[in-house]
Amino acid sequence: MKKRKERIDRGIKVRSRDIFALCSWREMLYLAAPRLLPVVVCLALPLFLGVYWQKVLLSVAVFALLAISWDILAQTGMVSLGQALFFGIGAYFAGALNHYFGLSPFITIPAATILGGLVSTLLLLPVLRLRGIYFSMVTLIIPLMLVRVIEATKVFGGTEGLSGMTPLPSRWLELYLILGGLLLVLFGFRRMMNSDYGLVLKGINDNDRSVINAGINIYWFKIQALFIGGAIGAFAGAFMTHVYMFVGMPVFALDYSILPIAAAVVGGPGTLAGATFGAFLLVPLSEALRGFGGLRIVLYGVFLVVFIVALPEGMFHYIQRKYHQFERWVEVEND
Amino acid sequence: MTDAPILKVVDLSKLFGGVRALHRVNFSLNPGELMGVIGPNGSGKTTLVNLITRFVKPTSGTVFFKGKKISHLPPYKIVRLGIARTFQMVKPFYNLPAYKNMIIPLYSPRMKQLASGRYGDRDAVALDLLEEVGFERDAFVAYKVAGALPQGYLKRLELAKAIALDPDIFILDELFSGLSLAEVATIVPIIEKLRMAGKSIIMIEHRLKELFRIADRVIVMNFGEKIADGLAAEVMASEAVKSAYLGTEAD
Amino acid sequence: MLIGTTIYALINTAILALMAIGFNLTFGISGIANFAYGAVYILAAYGVWMLLTLFQLPYPVAVLAAVGVNLLLGALIYRFVLLRIRGQALSEVIATFGIGLAILELFRYLGLVGFEYHLPVFVDKSFVIAGTYVDFQRIAIVVFSAVLILGLWFFTHHTAIGLAFRGIAQDERTALTFGIDSNKMATLSMAMGAALAALAAVFIIPLGSISPGEGYDVLIKALAVCIIGGLGSTGGVIAASFIVGFAERFTDTYIGSHWTMIVSLAAILVVLTVKPSGLFGNQKELEERI
Repeated sequence: MKKRKERIDRGIKVRSRDIFALCSWREMLYLAAPRLLPVVVCLALPLFLGVYWQKVLLSVAVFALLAISWDILAQTGMVSLGQALFFGIGAYFAGALNHYFGLSPFITIPAATILGGLVSTLLLLPVLRLRGIYFSMVTLIIPLMLVRVIEATKVFGGTEGLSGMTPLPSRWLELYLILGGLLLVLFGFRRMMNSDYGLVLKGINDNDRSVINAGINIYWFKIQALFIGGAIGAFAGAFMTHVYMFVGMPVFALDYSILPIAAAVVGGPGTLAGATFGAFLLVPLSEALRGFGGLRIVLYGVFLVVFIVALPEGMFHYIQRKYHQFERWVEVEND
Repeated sequence: MTDAPILKVVDLSKLFGGVRALHRVNFSLNPGELMGVIGPNGSGKTTLVNLITRFVKPTSGTVFFKGKKISHLPPYKIVRLGIARTFQMVKPFYNLPAYKNMIIPLYSPRMKQLASGRYGDRDAVALDLLEEVGFERDAFVAYKVAGALPQGYLKRLELAKAIALDPDIFILDELFSGLSLAEVATIVPIIEKLRMAGKSIIMIEHRLKELFRIADRVIVMNFGEKIADGLAAEVMASEAVKSAYLGTEAD
Repeated sequence: MLIGTTIYALINTAILALMAIGFNLTFGISGIANFAYGAVYILAAYGVWMLLTLFQLPYPVAVLAAVGVNLLLGALIYRFVLLRIRGQALSEVIATFGIGLAILELFRYLGLVGFEYHLPVFVDKSFVIAGTYVDFQRIAIVVFSAVLILGLWFFTHHTAIGLAFRGIAQDERTALTFGIDSNKMATLSMAMGAALAALAAVFIIPLGSISPGEGYDVLIKALAVCIIGGLGSTGGVIAASFIVGFAERFTDTYIGSHWTMIVSLAAILVVLTVKPSGLFGNQKELEERI
């Protein structure tokens, strides 16, 4: 007897799609829970964690931001293999502004976010006219080359880096700043990607000719997406500079490029929420595997391949489906 | 119609590598005219469209729109001036509902330029436009994902995307190909309506019978050159056209 | 000094061309950017080293075995990974990158780093050319590079498989209608790209030692050369190798070795700004979509 799985949207999901016919608290909760969950987790979790796991949470948030930045770019058709570029540029801007001009973190972080976004956009501007593959190649190359440039020219402290940055006033402020930033970025840009503007960005990835044919300058839109992605990455970098109170060549390390991609791919690209979910999954896992050293990166590599081939929509879509649909086995009629 | 031509193509040529895809093509299109472009496969019809809309850069030659040179402008600017095209291969966003496919043209800067710019809810405008091209509102066709629609609807969606831009010239690249007679019959009235509104239209077609019924004028292409220009009946009677279509067998 | 620098610049050019040719071949034929390229290069090097030191095999046998393993590996990567995501360029990028990462970091984890991990030179001899010492290995590289490029040219212009490759490269759909199996060609292109990486490793590695970092370096250099020359163009690879090869050597001699990377980076940025598809790029369709 052959059977196939039938998936049916839950009634509440169908009803809430365009007409809001909610009749009970249960239904309201059903709709609100997926949105409330990350907010509650981000705001409440720090209160229950020890100092060590608070640090882990902090790096979860940083990697989640980088993964979101990757996802926004990927949805616009630009697959970055060097998120470290954005991270590093932001980190160095914040570090230099603080070190040479003595500016407070509350100025350096926003300034580095904007400047970092601008500089990474300018650096990658020439590639935007070409197919996505060039973007991947150049983003892979540039951070690795920038390391050598810093090494050679000895700018910004060369191999030693710059240290003695002003830390943020308190550990709690640190945590809630980055978690708040994450929530803002997650919900804000999720909304943006679902708006008409976001549709145009996704359209560029799907069928650029059709977008050009609407009289839209796709390079201008790609530039905007690149600035957004770059600025988010730069914010994460600038923030970490003040957490570590140090900035140096490690900010261009492969870790900052790979882990965000792995998080977005494992979590599920195309939703931003998936990328965040992936970071919440992989970063603690990576902490747990700290004892294995470099084996972690091997694992990310394997994750990337397995998920891209076997589960290209990632875990978030899977969970989403489970939440919104029920399944049952039905017999296949013979024909 | 004694007005100045709305579109004038002068000596337009394109070389792909060493191959002559288009060689010194000249024609002009009068306002309100429906011009058909026909010719065997590979005769340069689609290249001609690509060159006018500048999706492909011409090797030499100029295109004038309302007396102004446009052949140096990037394609998105040409669209903004008021030349919209459809593509031979329709490639909608398959996983989006049909009406969401209309959002991109409605997001166009041209919408803001137009004095009568349809502002307000883009979704509502999209549904109105789709109804105009025959997406029955009662049957909620416009809400279906594009991937689930038959070819006839996809072609009309493609046409609606061009109509959304409210251009002066429509360039329709093989709009009828792959459609049944019944489906073609649903599109012809839409084109008639555009003509009533005074739009100029260039139609690239293989379906000669349907085209000749609505076209004012036809130009014939072969091996990248224009070999005839005139009324449909005249053009089809010419020897050059006969041999182009029938090949050497005509001898 | 000028003559010496020129000679070494020529050698550097040959090395770069040798590094890039495999990556370029795969991309030119099947449009796959194999980001695992650096990893298969290093894999071959470790393979030869293991066969030589652990199994005491004769050198030519070890080399042949490594090239064979790489041929197979390239084909396997295509059959089991890329085939399933064919046509989605961005997924191909992520998948091959993931494979490369896993291989290189595995070697790093295993701790196979150090001076003892190196390959022997073919003949331990050196010559004096125009007052400059040049060892046999470097001459071998130059000769092999030249032979390889000529050979590839002959292969793609005068053999059936080669012509099929070019057919696929120019127009996949039309090639399909002529009965050319594009999957088979893509498998072959991956296999040959990987095998060329192995050959490059056998020739180049003896100049230094084997390390996972070298894998990333090779990938970067191959990418840089291909970006400057124009992806998929053999003429571009040669021209770009000359540009980067000479620029690197001359900055090294007259400015300082630290600056070589800056020169490459600057070259990439300048070329991309002036001519985004590379010097000999054939990505016309893209450029013309402005």
